[in-house]
Amino acid sequence: MTYLLSLVMFLPLVGAFVLAVFVTANGQKTNQSARATALFTSVATFLVSLVILLKFDASDTEFQLVEEYTWIAGLNYRVGVDGISVLFVILTTAVMPLVFASSLKIESRVKEYMICFLVLETMMIGVFCSLDIIMFYVLFESGLIPMFIIIGVWGGKEKVYAAFKFFLYTLLGSILMLIAMLVIWFEAGTTDIRQLINYNFSYDSFYFFSVYIPGGLQTLLWLAFFASFAVKMPMWPFHTWLPDAHVQAPTGGSVVLAAILLKMGGYGFLRFNLPMFPNASMLFQDLVFLLSVVAIVYTSLVALRQTDMKKLIAYSSVAHMGFVTMGIFSMNQQGIDGAIFQMLSHGFISAALFLIVGVVYERLHTRQIEAYGGLVVRMPLYALIFMFFTMANIGLPGTSGFVGEFLTLIGVFQVSIFTALGAASGVVLSAAYGLWLYRRVVFGDLIKESLKQLDDLTFRERWVFYPLIGLTLFLGIFPSPVLSLIGPSVASLVIKLSMLG
Amino acid sequence: MVITVLFLPLLGAIIAGFFHPIFGEKMVKFFASSCVFVGAILSWTIFLVTDFSTVEKIHLFNWISSGHLNVAWAIRLDALTSIMLVVVCSVSFLVHLYSFGYMKADHNWKQSEKYEARFFSYLSFFTFAMLALITSDNFLQMFFGWEGVGVASYLLIGFYYKKPSANAAAIKAFVVNRIGDFGFILGIFCVFISTGSLYFDDLFVQAESLADETIQFVGFKLNTIELIAVLLFIGAMGKSAQLFLHTWLPDAMEGPTPVSALIHAATMVTAGVFLVCRMSPVMEFAPSASAAVTVIGASTALFAASVGLVQNDIKRIIAYSTCSQLGYMFAAAGVGFYQAAMFHLFTHAFFKALLFLGAGSVIHGMHHEQDIRAFGGLRKKLPVTFVLMLVGTLAITGVGIPLSYDLFHYSIGFSGFLSKDAIIEGAYAANSSSGLFAFWALIIAALFTSFYSWRLIFLTFYGEFRGKNDDFLNAHEPETTMLLPLLILAIGSIFSGMIFYNSFVGSEANDFFHDAIFNHQNNYILKDFHYVPAWVKILPFFAMLLGFFLAFNFYVMNTKAASKLAAQHFGLYQFLYNKWFFDELFQLLIVKPVLKIADIFWRWGDERFIDGFINRLSLVVIPKLTSFYARLQSGFLFHYAFGMIIGTTLIITWFSFP
Repeated sequence: MTYLLSLVMFLPLVGAFVLAVFVTANGQKTNQSARATALFTSVATFLVSLVILLKFDASDTEFQLVEEYTWIAGLNYRVGVDGISVLFVILTTAVMPLVFASSLKIESRVKEYMICFLVLETMMIGVFCSLDIIMFYVLFESGLIPMFIIIGVWGGKEKVYAAFKFFLYTLLGSILMLIAMLVIWFEAGTTDIRQLINYNFSYDSFYFFSVYIPGGLQTLLWLAFFASFAVKMPMWPFHTWLPDAHVQAPTGGSVVLAAILLKMGGYGFLRFNLPMFPNASMLFQDLVFLLSVVAIVYTSLVALRQTDMKKLIAYSSVAHMGFVTMGIFSMNQQGIDGAIFQMLSHGFISAALFLIVGVVYERLHTRQIEAYGGLVVRMPLYALIFMFFTMANIGLPGTSGFVGEFLTLIGVFQVSIFTALGAASGVVLSAAYGLWLYRRVVFGDLIKESLKQLDDLTFRERWVFYPLIGLTLFLGIFPSPVLSLIGPSVASLVIKLSMLG
Repeated sequence: MVITVLFLPLLGAIIAGFFHPIFGEKMVKFFASSCVFVGAILSWTIFLVTDFSTVEKIHLFNWISSGHLNVAWAIRLDALTSIMLVVVCSVSFLVHLYSFGYMKADHNWKQSEKYEARFFSYLSFFTFAMLALITSDNFLQMFFGWEGVGVASYLLIGFYYKKPSANAAAIKAFVVNRIGDFGFILGIFCVFISTGSLYFDDLFVQAESLADETIQFVGFKLNTIELIAVLLFIGAMGKSAQLFLHTWLPDAMEGPTPVSALIHAATMVTAGVFLVCRMSPVMEFAPSASAAVTVIGASTALFAASVGLVQNDIKRIIAYSTCSQLGYMFAAAGVGFYQAAMFHLFTHAFFKALLFLGAGSVIHGMHHEQDIRAFGGLRKKLPVTFVLMLVGTLAITGVGIPLSYDLFHYSIGFSGFLSKDAIIEGAYAANSSSGLFAFWALIIAALFTSFYSWRLIFLTFYGEFRGKNDDFLNAHEPETTMLLPLLILAIGSIFSGMIFYNSFVGSEANDFFHDAIFNHQNNYILKDFHYVPAWVKILPFFAMLLGFFLAFNFYVMNTKAASKLAAQHFGLYQFLYNKWFFDELFQLLIVKPVLKIADIFWRWGDERFIDGFINRLSLVVIPKLTSFYARLQSGFLFHYAFGMIIGTTLIITWFSFP
């Protein structure tokens, strides 16, 4: 038995503990050491998580590096990873150092800020590697608390509204999931995900208070899980919390939200809905397709009209998540591969885009597009990086954004041409809103007085972007490492789904 | 060798883009140009030396593999590729060279601003993307190049990023191209689901059998191969600015003139033609799609030429001319005469690049005036440019000796004469209704072409100077680095047709193309077009002459007649001058409604409906409910007793009914 996963999971918590106990009072010096501790902890976590990759055998589709302990009252601590979850663990540990590196400008309550993020990191890693539904639920839900605090304390002008909206939306979705989990526990007699994946939940239709339920238990359970993950994703029409949360959150919060928290929804679909309730997934395939296409077209159009940079990128995120849900429910190799790849790639690209907004927000304290224009004159490097990620977001071949979009589309095309057709129109719209944003912010002549003294990226800011550029480009040209990592696990899932006939 | 050709420009682009602070602008400009120069030399070597009896394929490394989908980065070298290599590398090098002079001391920039390294970097990057497009062995890599050239084009059109019009044109170009790409990518998906592969060869092998299969597409049962052909052609229409998706090309003239010559005349816009020719094994089994290609191509040729008649911006005239010439190429490909399409693509690259760079010299000499109404009599001031542009004009209008092939077994004429007449004769020889439509459309377009080309020459170089006097006095010939490319292109415009006639469409065509172009066994057009009636062969020549005399009459003899005619037919003139009102129509029918719908989604859908519902629920309904429940907890015993009685009654009632 190895302790590797637990080590990666609890390292950030240890860092948070050290911060809480040993770094006292809020002075300039303590702020510095708080920042350093957090950054150091997250880098260490990332390095340790790389060992997971070394130990992980991609050809084995079983859960690996499993740890299992019994706690009290039939509750268990179970962790382990397969080809899908290991990727999200790495994504989490890789993005967090960038969050801390970009949060050096936070001046108020630095220590608490760092603690929040470190605790959040532990919970996020826990969500991705837990093999027990109760443990999953607890971590999934308690992750809301640090994020609620991050938005509510370090957020913008309407932070309280946004924080509550974020909290209530996601909580409401999850309550149904809790009920479903209890039902599963009583029905299957276990909370072990490994066993539940192979458990056949009844698909016999029945009447529930004289309402006909096609697919019976599976349908109800599927819907309960769907409610939670669809809000988290977020899927249309449960998405309106996201733009508000993004706009009000501090840059670091937005990055975590876009890069990691949203992915929990997609991960949930892959871990629960698809393998545990395959018949119900089939039943609801068309519904998910419909919602995905609406999400892509609708939110892309809404993005076109935004006047706030962060809101625009938030809407673009919703559109990109539409590709993910669509790909997952195509239930074939290309679609699911593409969905996972898209989540990973969106993790880097949207993180970079929020950081890009953060750079100018720190200088001018406004996110209004009209307050900018002609930035390229003063900030050529910034313009270049912004252009790169705009193109990646549009899904230009050669960047990772393309691989995910292409695979999800080709996966869906094999199942529903209509859906693929609608989704592909998002390709045109994303170019329109992406380039239009870029033009209004970066191009044009520099006329506004307030912009004339702007400086280009500092050394620190640059080095936050370089790794993201490298990854986006590398995975765009050579995505094989990721595809071969997730491939076998996805293949076994697809085989299971295809046996439904 | 071909790998070197492919990656040298990328190296040049990286060096020029990122290392100019270290090496200095001069050095990186020189380096980037040398890279393309070496590429051009190697391309010509490949073109002239290699015998393309077998297709050479080079596997680089895997790209995407997921399930049964496997795509690699791979190079395919055959006759088609090598033609494009030569065109792209040669024109690209000449444009690099030309840009040394043209981009120096550009009035759009302040003295302190550095922009030349960026310009050269973009040019080289474009060259790389274009080479990736033409050398690809599968659809996905082609799409990579396809989008790559789109980005380069976007960056170069918007090169003067301070100008709002340049930014707008850049976005328009990218977005309109993406509409075409929408079709292209759907075509790729269709290829994948019907063949299980994205490689060209796998599709070509199965093309014949796919012609008997159908596919359920959005509720319609469609022939697989026809569907694939049409979808891919939609992609080609976007990139090659064919009717309905053409509106971006004239606006793209906002970019610097060398860019217009390289991207928007000689290379990128021909990618669509290249795609259709590359797909000849598909097109040959898709007669309906081919007919559509012919009709769209011929209509574009006619439409664009008609608009070109009345434009006043020197670059816009040439842009519409490009659009029109691309239509010729598509018309040829549509009737199954891919060889002629490629031939015209080849010769067009020379004379159109020549005309653009010549126009650039005029603009350069005239201090960035582009309105031909402000020119006049410039042949005295710019004699060399004048002569070279005259060569370009003779080539595009198609000057040559008609029937020379029949008389001497050797075609004699400027390059455009040979390739354009081959297309027109091919359209007639196709002996189909779409071919016949194309034939007449192209004849009329040839008349228009001749008219607008000579109008440009006469208004620019003849008559009295009509601009500001200072401009005329200061007008000057450009430096040698700018004239040299013009000279080389002029030589190409004169001789490229006669030298390569036999290889492309003459007796050696089959040996030259080998399997790169597939002709169905019932497609005899390569032979038939030689045997069309004599009047068919002579008619384009007379159309050209007529155009010349009309232009001569209007702009040299009776200079007042043109404006009088325009005034007489005011409606028609406005219709043509405003480009058939396509922009206004699209604005009204597409852009405005889309923005309106977007507003409705945002303001009504998100804010009023979804948020309104949720907020109402959480801020009004739930507080009311809670206060209602709170009131129930009144603390009075009789309230609770009353509640218990009602509850018990209800439960008993419920259970007493079976």
